[in-house]
Amino acid sequence: MMKMSYRIGLLALGGIIGLGLAAPRGEAVKLSGYPLQKAPINLTDTASLQRGARTFVNYCMGCHTLQYQRWSELGHRLDLNNRALRELMFLQTKPSEMMTNAMPALEATRWFGAAPPDLSVIVDEKGSSWVYTYLRSFYVDPRRPTGVNNAAFYRVAMPDPFWQTQGLQKIVYRKIRRDGGWVYRFVKFAPVTDGTRSPQAFQRQVGNLTNFLTAVSHPDELKRIHLGVWVIAFCVVFTVLAYALKREFWKDVHRKHPDAK
Amino acid sequence: MSESRIVPKPSVGWGRRLLGWIDARFPLTKLWQSQVSEYYAPINFNFWYFFGSLALLVLINQIVTGIFLAMSYQPNTHLAFGSIQYIMRDVHWGWLLRYMHTTGASLFFVVIYLHMFRGLLYGSYKKPRELLWILGMLIYVCLMAEAFMGYLMPWGQMSYWGAVVITSLFGAIPWIGSHLVIWIRGDFGVSGATLNRFFALHVVAIPLLLVFLVLCHLMALHEVGSNNPDGIEIHENLDQNGKPVDGVPFHPYYTVKDLFGVGVFLIIFAIIVFYAPTLKGIFIDPINYKPANFLQTPPDIHPLWYFTPYYAILRSFPNKLFGVSAFMLAVVVLFFLPWIDRHPIKSVRYRAPFYRILLLVFAATFLFLGYIGMQPATLFWQKIGLRMAELYFLFFVTAWTYARSPGNRRLIVTFALALAAILWIDWRFYLPSIASLIWWTLLIPVGYLILFFLVPLLWPGGMRDRSVPTRVTL
Repeated sequence: MMKMSYRIGLLALGGIIGLGLAAPRGEAVKLSGYPLQKAPINLTDTASLQRGARTFVNYCMGCHTLQYQRWSELGHRLDLNNRALRELMFLQTKPSEMMTNAMPALEATRWFGAAPPDLSVIVDEKGSSWVYTYLRSFYVDPRRPTGVNNAAFYRVAMPDPFWQTQGLQKIVYRKIRRDGGWVYRFVKFAPVTDGTRSPQAFQRQVGNLTNFLTAVSHPDELKRIHLGVWVIAFCVVFTVLAYALKREFWKDVHRKHPDAK
Repeated sequence: MSESRIVPKPSVGWGRRLLGWIDARFPLTKLWQSQVSEYYAPINFNFWYFFGSLALLVLINQIVTGIFLAMSYQPNTHLAFGSIQYIMRDVHWGWLLRYMHTTGASLFFVVIYLHMFRGLLYGSYKKPRELLWILGMLIYVCLMAEAFMGYLMPWGQMSYWGAVVITSLFGAIPWIGSHLVIWIRGDFGVSGATLNRFFALHVVAIPLLLVFLVLCHLMALHEVGSNNPDGIEIHENLDQNGKPVDGVPFHPYYTVKDLFGVGVFLIIFAIIVFYAPTLKGIFIDPINYKPANFLQTPPDIHPLWYFTPYYAILRSFPNKLFGVSAFMLAVVVLFFLPWIDRHPIKSVRYRAPFYRILLLVFAATFLFLGYIGMQPATLFWQKIGLRMAELYFLFFVTAWTYARSPGNRRLIVTFALALAAILWIDWRFYLPSIASLIWWTLLIPVGYLILFFLVPLLWPGGMRDRSVPTRVTL
């Protein structure tokens, strides 16, 4: 019931906003120059990664998979014991299995127009700032079948997973004439309904989720950063020794050619 | 007294005996001496001479990491993308192998481009090294094929669409084009058949060819001897033992020096592999982290950075056949460099100031073309690309003209002919809607022509070569 009334309210609100703002009929607003915010990435912050994983399985995993991420690896990476890991695994899967879901891709394509993509390497593809910004950029748009659009993703097919936690927001933009056409310049978001979380808490939640997705996309990053110092240090020592060896050998060339430097 | 004691004759060690055994059956010591320890190289090699040995190092890196990647990679359209992630996550040190392979691919081109530019600087393609240059060019073309086919392996969006674009270029060839495209792809589109044949070519055929050509390149080099920054033949000045006065045995002098070069290179290599494996999307394109989708064309299709100079030339013509021809010609013309720049002085050190400027402008043109190739294909970048493509080809025209200290009349005639050719291209592809863009960018090639063909009339000193010393300088 609660959900139903929300939805009616949403549609009504959407209608009002749709009338209030000047936008071409039936055509969603394509923003130009929407700024991306830098995501708070810290791959050593295990607590943040754990919270991000919790948000992922609760809000994202119904539709999106992490088909290249193994549950057991996630447990190691996030410092989770077996019980804690089991709490994240809703489906009766084994820890050795991949983080997949039960949504059939063909059906999903029918429902959304495009199957929800696998998110194993989403940060490699889009960048953490984009993910962080995108998740907070949904706004009410009655022209879209889901009732929402996204300032970072023109005509997005995905519904807003955080419409309750963040609360609904509308977009405020300026219409600017440029090169004989209209350009929509983003101004700000204005809240329509209150979220179940404060704006700061919601921002932290999305930050943790982005951090988690970054860790999933970059499984090698911490190993790389730790090992790299040693490898480079070895190469530097090698280079210094090689240079000393070269100088020693070339002494007789310089003796033979005294004008040589 | 102790001196009177009989000293036992030192016996020959087992290592020497083994070597003797081998040498009686295989010319091991002979090869080592003739190719390394008694191969005389000029004493005055500078920074630019590190890249030959570094190219060999990267080739070995690519082969070794490639072998291990091939053990876990699946050349199958359903499995390829996932098998890369399997390598990244489940294969021990798989991430290191993959990043060494991707970084190695890009640095291979860095090294090769610097190696080629060294050839341009010091005239290393000139007699008697024409064949050495041609063998090097063949290696370069093989390397391009190797890199292009290897780029299809991850089966990402850019892999797929890059392969679609490049294979479709063959379709521009009149009459046989469309059949040729199907023959190359093995299918009507880029598909599993294409992936499988590219895999076979990438891991077996072209590496074999590359190694063979590298051997030929080295044999040709050791036959004619190395050039040097002064462009003087050290074998024309021998000491009483018949050894070059200005030469040193490659081993140990250049093996230890190259070892130092290897060290510096490895530091740079490790910094990229460990701290910036994608190099902000330049070495690994972020769009390639999206699996190939033949129903969805990415907004911009462009190859990795090492092909973008040619890609910019290809895109700059609105006509496909023109673009493909220009693209092919841009590579083919390099083969003929020994017969284009016939100037007797090899090294840029003793060439006229105008030639030095010419070479610098050519290097800048190539880099700028690379930048243009990474930009979205707007009309603006297309036109700027066309102008830079014109400068690219004008380099060869100018080098040809400068090769025989030209008189004023020849400079003016060449200026007029080149200008006519440029204006003909503008007339051929004239679009009233971009007239102003055409006119103001015309200043670029015209300025170039004025600089290299008309300014010499006012400043003849700029065309005067310097005298070449008889001995190498350090």
